[in-house]
Amino acid sequence: MKESHIMKIHYGTALASVGLVAVHILMRMADGYAESLQYANVVANYQFLPYAGLLGIMLILLSVHGFNGLRVILLELRQGPTYEKAVSYGCVAAMIGLIAYGMRTIVMVHMGMI
Amino acid sequence: MTAPDDNREGIGGMANPGRYGIERVAYWLMRLSGLGLLVYFIAHIHETSSILQGEMGWNELMELTSMPELHIVLIMVIGMCVFHTVNGIRVMLGHGGVGVGKPTRPDYPYTPASQNYRHKITIYSAIVLAAIAMIYGSTVLFGV
Repeated sequence: MKESHIMKIHYGTALASVGLVAVHILMRMADGYAESLQYANVVANYQFLPYAGLLGIMLILLSVHGFNGLRVILLELRQGPTYEKAVSYGCVAAMIGLIAYGMRTIVMVHMGMI
Repeated sequence: MTAPDDNREGIGGMANPGRYGIERVAYWLMRLSGLGLLVYFIAHIHETSSILQGEMGWNELMELTSMPELHIVLIMVIGMCVFHTVNGIRVMLGHGGVGVGKPTRPDYPYTPASQNYRHKITIYSAIVLAAIAMIYGSTVLFGV
């Protein structure tokens, strides 16, 4: 993929994440910070399909943005064909791993498997 | 005759914030806040998975995260998040050609048109906004 396309994805995921993270934080502030983090409240959040969907989308957007950012930082420090491939594939693998790990929590709590 | 490599300062030269002003400070803060936020994001995904251990597991996590030391970490995360967002929007606009000035003939003292007051003000604003958000965050977390 061309680097210019990757940067467009980087900026697109950044802008979308800003909006979604704002909603995520407002959900904590609306009920009061401590109350919103009580077990029953959090489970109810996960079991509310639109909010679970929002968490899933936010997980994907932030993982893509975060690991691409890490890739850019690592490529600024050192260059070379082998190093660049290792960094790029490593970041993609870590991104997929984190998305899978986070999705497992969202899906299991949403389906009531706790 | 000195070898060409003797003139190179390496990463130390690149990192030096004194030479290039607030733009270089913003460059470093952007990368450090990005790495800090990525570490927090991974930790946040891991900590929230404790809900799978039921109410007891979740309450144990809540007890752990109510420690003042972790509140301080969270306040730093708030500051990093606000700075990264505001400065990120500045960088995005700059890459799109917004606020970088018109191309002119390069004359002495070769002042870069892109490093103008608009970008400097935005960087300082990002730092001030991050500080305000950290103060607000500390009032919420410590209940002051």
